[in-house]
Amino acid sequence: MLKSKFFKGLMAAAIMSVAGSASAELNGSVSYIIPFGPGGESDISARLQQPFFKEKFGQDLIVSYQPGGGGAVGWASLNGLNGDGQTIMGVNLPHIIIKPAQKEVGFTTEGLNTFHMFHYTPDAIVVATDSPYQSLQDLIDDARDNPGKVTLSGSGKASANHLAQIKFDKMAEIRTTYVPFKGTGAAVTALLGNQVKAEWGYTTVGAQQGEAVRLLAVAMQERHPLFPEVPTFKELGFDMVGGAYRGIALPDSASDETTQMWSDMISEINADPAFRQKMLDGGFAMLDIDKAKMADFMQKLTDEYLGDAREAGLID
Amino acid sequence: MDAGSFLSALTPLNIAFAFFGVVAGTVIGSIPGLTATMAVAVLVPITFSMEPASALILLGAIYTGAIYGGAYAAILLNTPGTPSAIATTFDGYPMAQRGEGDLAVALACFASVFGGLVGALALLFLAPPLSRVALAFGPVEYFWLAIFGLSLIASLSTGNLLKGLAGGAFGLILSTVGVAEISADIRLTFGSQTMIGGFGVVGALIGLYCIPVLIDLAATPDRHLSIETGVQSVRVGEAARVAMRSKFNLLRSSIIGTLVGILPGAGGSVAGLVAYSEARRSARPEQRFGEGEPDGIIATEAANNATVGGGFIPTLVLGIPGTPPDAVILGALLVQGVRTGPGLFQSGGGSIAYTFIYGLIIATLLMLPVGLLIGRYAYKSIVAIPKAMLVPSVGFMTLIGTFAIRNSVSDVIIMIGLGVFGWVVSRFGFAASPIVLGLILGPIAEQGFVQTWIIGSATENLPGMFFGRPISQAIVAFTLLSLMYPVFAARRRRRAGVDRGAGS
Repeated sequence: MLKSKFFKGLMAAAIMSVAGSASAELNGSVSYIIPFGPGGESDISARLQQPFFKEKFGQDLIVSYQPGGGGAVGWASLNGLNGDGQTIMGVNLPHIIIKPAQKEVGFTTEGLNTFHMFHYTPDAIVVATDSPYQSLQDLIDDARDNPGKVTLSGSGKASANHLAQIKFDKMAEIRTTYVPFKGTGAAVTALLGNQVKAEWGYTTVGAQQGEAVRLLAVAMQERHPLFPEVPTFKELGFDMVGGAYRGIALPDSASDETTQMWSDMISEINADPAFRQKMLDGGFAMLDIDKAKMADFMQKLTDEYLGDAREAGLID
Repeated sequence: MDAGSFLSALTPLNIAFAFFGVVAGTVIGSIPGLTATMAVAVLVPITFSMEPASALILLGAIYTGAIYGGAYAAILLNTPGTPSAIATTFDGYPMAQRGEGDLAVALACFASVFGGLVGALALLFLAPPLSRVALAFGPVEYFWLAIFGLSLIASLSTGNLLKGLAGGAFGLILSTVGVAEISADIRLTFGSQTMIGGFGVVGALIGLYCIPVLIDLAATPDRHLSIETGVQSVRVGEAARVAMRSKFNLLRSSIIGTLVGILPGAGGSVAGLVAYSEARRSARPEQRFGEGEPDGIIATEAANNATVGGGFIPTLVLGIPGTPPDAVILGALLVQGVRTGPGLFQSGGGSIAYTFIYGLIIATLLMLPVGLLIGRYAYKSIVAIPKAMLVPSVGFMTLIGTFAIRNSVSDVIIMIGLGVFGWVVSRFGFAASPIVLGLILGPIAEQGFVQTWIIGSATENLPGMFFGRPISQAIVAFTLLSLMYPVFAARRRRRAGVDRGAGS
């Protein structure tokens, strides 16, 4: 069986690395807490993991929601939960970096035992199909002619969408108006209803809305396979690669073995071609930052996000 | 529309799913704290291994059952089982107190089935055109809708308008506590971690409605609900007659519910409140809303179940969830690989959308027998349980229910604090409903205002943004009407009094 083979391998690895210590093991169903409401990108990617987890490791992954404070309620409670490996929680960047930098929110970036970042939703500028903006240049031209009058919806303030807007305005030397909405769904509704001229969203918006929207550019190294005709910002001369990154954390009381086991399990799901295909079809972009690579990754993004946010006056 | 879809909805398996969903949903919805969203979310993984249409039928049935189930606790315990049932408490609990709880539960069932059918039929025949309603509502329309909702305080608190407004203002302040939804500021937490998540609506509902009832029950020797011996055998026929007499109210409330359900920023609680206030505004002079008027229950329950079908319209046509449970269902559909959009409604025989809609209609019809049976059982057990058992068991349920919302002890502390506060201020004539109204509508109004302000400033057209759009103007007009209501009502009552005086 896949499960026992996996655990044997894991056990061997654990014994090799930490001689003498007992190896970690799952013990029944796992509670997977999403610190947001249902229907968002965090929820959907967790739902995509669910069947693969069950298939590979034989246990149920039970998704529940703990919304509040833009994720802060969940993350502030995480380290109080049992670290036996039966409870995990979704974490999001830039949220877990920006929020503690703004104010005392009951958790710190370093205090979260983040063990895997498994995907990101690349930033993208989205317009409705009937929009006059055919290309990114059209939007830039309009913003140059009418400073401040080009309105873009996005999810929340000091969020990935907002930081992308600030960064892009600076690069393109334009001034646009960012209108924060509650979640991507509301930002898209405002776009489709012509309440705003464009949206700072993600590639996932293009996947969900299909022919109702057009992406002007995506913030990836290379074009997204789902949108081969949409250029990257890089191609157009703007050095923008990034978006909202999503991963998973354990309570900090979890042992190294448990954390390693989880990192390996998520890596294994991420390595499954069927899972990758489903994620790509949904407009997501894959990321394979496991436990070993986490510290460097977080440091790099922390510097980047805090620098951008400080410059924009979002934090002191 | 096509026979193929109808037949595939009629397979024994799908009917069994519909039946199971309605029963499970009704029971879950009747427990304060356990919401339709939670019920649907828990069952989503089970549906991964099912056919998409069957999965949708099961989830839709749970959803519609839960919205109806919320009425039980509203009627029998004065505590909305789900936020959608807030306005059900206004007349449901007074009816139960005077011994007509069985009639109230049966009425709620008829109204819910009717409303559910109207919403589902709108979904069946009018989904693509009606989905435009969701897009026509921009930030400013939500702002005015919330203001309209707040104006209901005026009609809900005839007699002590000032106290009602004070309660509403207090609710608005409570709604700003915690991390602000769109500006990400942290407000009014006074450095406390307990407050950072803010005052959740469901926890506040349990605290403000249920705790005062429990305190009163413990403090007074009276029975919980009075029993009229003899009459309480079967009142289904009587309920059917009452519902028939109010067919216009039923239809109007169902249409309101369907339309509000389509709006992604509103939901069942707003639908119920708007329908309630419309029913009250067009009431006959002898009707006493707020004192156990059957039309109050009919309006709320028809409207909140109509939001189920209404909410699926933007969900399936635009990929924009109309209500929180719809958001869960949309996520499940994406995992199943079903792409939403107008295409769902165009494909021919046996299409997923139509099979689901027929399944939803079947589930709604099943709610009639299921709801009446469970309702009568719930009524009998609440009436029969001695107070010494009822108070602790309901009290225990409020704790579990509040904790279950998001596994947060803070929510439980806030719930109890609000409950005691609610009981104290109720001694001085402040009702819970204006506070809850402020809490629910505050964020909608605030977000709409801020967004309208940002867009209006950017386009240098603030007055035009706030007052220049036709839908906004219509909502403003309704708001003014609603604000005038107490004046009209007083005049009409005076005239009615004069007429009666002349007649005698």
